[in-house]
Amino acid sequence: MNWLTDLKEKFILNFVEKSRYRYLLDGLGNTLIITLLSVMLGVVIGVIVASVRSTYDKNSEAWKRRGGVFHVFMKAVNRLCHIYITVIRGTPVVVQLMILYCVILASSRNDLLVAVLAFGINSGAYVAEIIRGGIMSIDNGQFEAGRSLGFNYMQTMIYIIIPQVFKNILPALLNEFIALLKETSVAGYVGIMDLTKGGDTIRGVTYSSFMPLLAVALIYLVIVVILTKLVSVVERKLRKNER
Amino acid sequence: MSGKVIIDVKDLKKYYNDGAVKALDGVTTQIKEGEVVVIIGPSGSGKSTFLRSLNMLEYPTSGSIKVDGADITAPTADLNLHRRKMGMVFQHFNLFPHMTVMGNLTAAPRKLLKKSREEAESYALSLLKRVGLADRADAYPSQLSGGQKQRIAIVRALCMQPEVMLFDEPTSALDPEMVGEVLDVMKDLAKAGMTMVVVTHEMGFAREVASRVIFMDGGVMIEENTPSELFGSPKSDRLKSFLNKVL
Ligand SMILES: Nc1ncnc2c1ncn2[C@@H]1O[C@H](COP(=O)(O)OP(=O)(O)OP(=O)(O)O)[C@@H](O)[C@H]1O
Ligand SMILES: [Mg+2]
Repeated sequence: MNWLTDLKEKFILNFVEKSRYRYLLDGLGNTLIITLLSVMLGVVIGVIVASVRSTYDKNSEAWKRRGGVFHVFMKAVNRLCHIYITVIRGTPVVVQLMILYCVILASSRNDLLVAVLAFGINSGAYVAEIIRGGIMSIDNGQFEAGRSLGFNYMQTMIYIIIPQVFKNILPALLNEFIALLKETSVAGYVGIMDLTKGGDTIRGVTYSSFMPLLAVALIYLVIVVILTKLVSVVERKLRKNER
Repeated sequence: MSGKVIIDVKDLKKYYNDGAVKALDGVTTQIKEGEVVVIIGPSGSGKSTFLRSLNMLEYPTSGSIKVDGADITAPTADLNLHRRKMGMVFQHFNLFPHMTVMGNLTAAPRKLLKKSREEAESYALSLLKRVGLADRADAYPSQLSGGQKQRIAIVRALCMQPEVMLFDEPTSALDPEMVGEVLDVMKDLAKAGMTMVVVTHEMGFAREVASRVIFMDGGVMIEENTPSELFGSPKSDRLKSFLNKVL
């Protein structure tokens, strides 16, 4: 029973002594705050960017016919959105975080805010593409049926397209948020005390790696498993409602 | 038939890919109140493009379409208002899958014509009775057969009380045994005096119901006549060979 007492000692050293478990608890708090706020920011950005891009796809011909600067303006905005998505999806989130922290917002003292901005801006690109993909997956006949009844573009979107898109993409969106939760684990790179950094800090003072890292992994795993379960419940509900 | 002209099409052209594809290459015709115009022709001849232009689902490259005297191809035309007057029935029904039949029928009248729910529903129900589907009001589209879906789609368009009904191959996606029930609804509609433009391969329907049949090929209207004349004594060789193939 030697190894059991050894394990117990390690446990006490890493978590109980000097209330070191607080590193994990506080870290978890920060991880959840960052994730939640970035999800919200990501959804806002994603909806706006997806709206611009889908609206442009469906209306550019009509705008062109009418002429004027509006079409030119929207073309530029659409281009900008496209660049945003390409850049964000084409670079690692850690690099984006560091650029924001060390270059663009170097003067900011609010680290948490910088992290939320970085992860929110990052997530927005993915959310935008999920939404746009959802809109594109709806048969064009649905648009045409709406327009042929006399609905304008906005009404067609609101009454006919979005309700169908929402059902289709909800699981993908929730999965994106689960991925985001894990991605925030790089927040420690810019000195934020998130869950991962918390475990790392314990490791730094106790010189034992196994327990703190295992604890960190377990906590992520439990949250992800719970959220994944939630997604499948939502998925099942949606499938039952659609007949 | 000497009713007033509702749709007046002049030299309508629709080019794709910078003129490489000439879907419509100069179409001129008039459609009068109460007329049932049936358009026939081989695949790719521009039938759908013509029909969809009447609703501005396709923007013509040049030419004009006047509806009740107003040119709908003008960039300033209010297309949303125009489309309310033109009911459209598609080959693939395009019912809204997230709404019940009643939801499908009343969405546009309520939102666009500002009808009350009761008003919209009672009108929809009276039309549902006419097509024999009053008992399906609470069903979802996925619970209906193809023939039922298309009858509902026709009723959906009618609920906007349109001046003209456009049909793009309304029976082509149906199992043979369901074609009849949809054609019957269309025949009733024609008898009731609705102005109709119908793209179809149902030559029997054309013979029986059409006031005029138009034969299209290569983006132009080759020949138009009463059904008995057009089917009985076709003039152009292209129409003759087409009729040989389909009849
Ligand atoms: N979006 C498009 N881009 C390029 N070409 C097109 C497009 N839409 C239609 N066309 C072409 O225009 C021509 C006319 O097409 P249209 O759909 O009007 O024919 P149709 O008479 O309705 O044929 P069908 O009986 O097969 O439905 C065809 O050659 C078609 O390939
Ligand atoms: Mg066609």
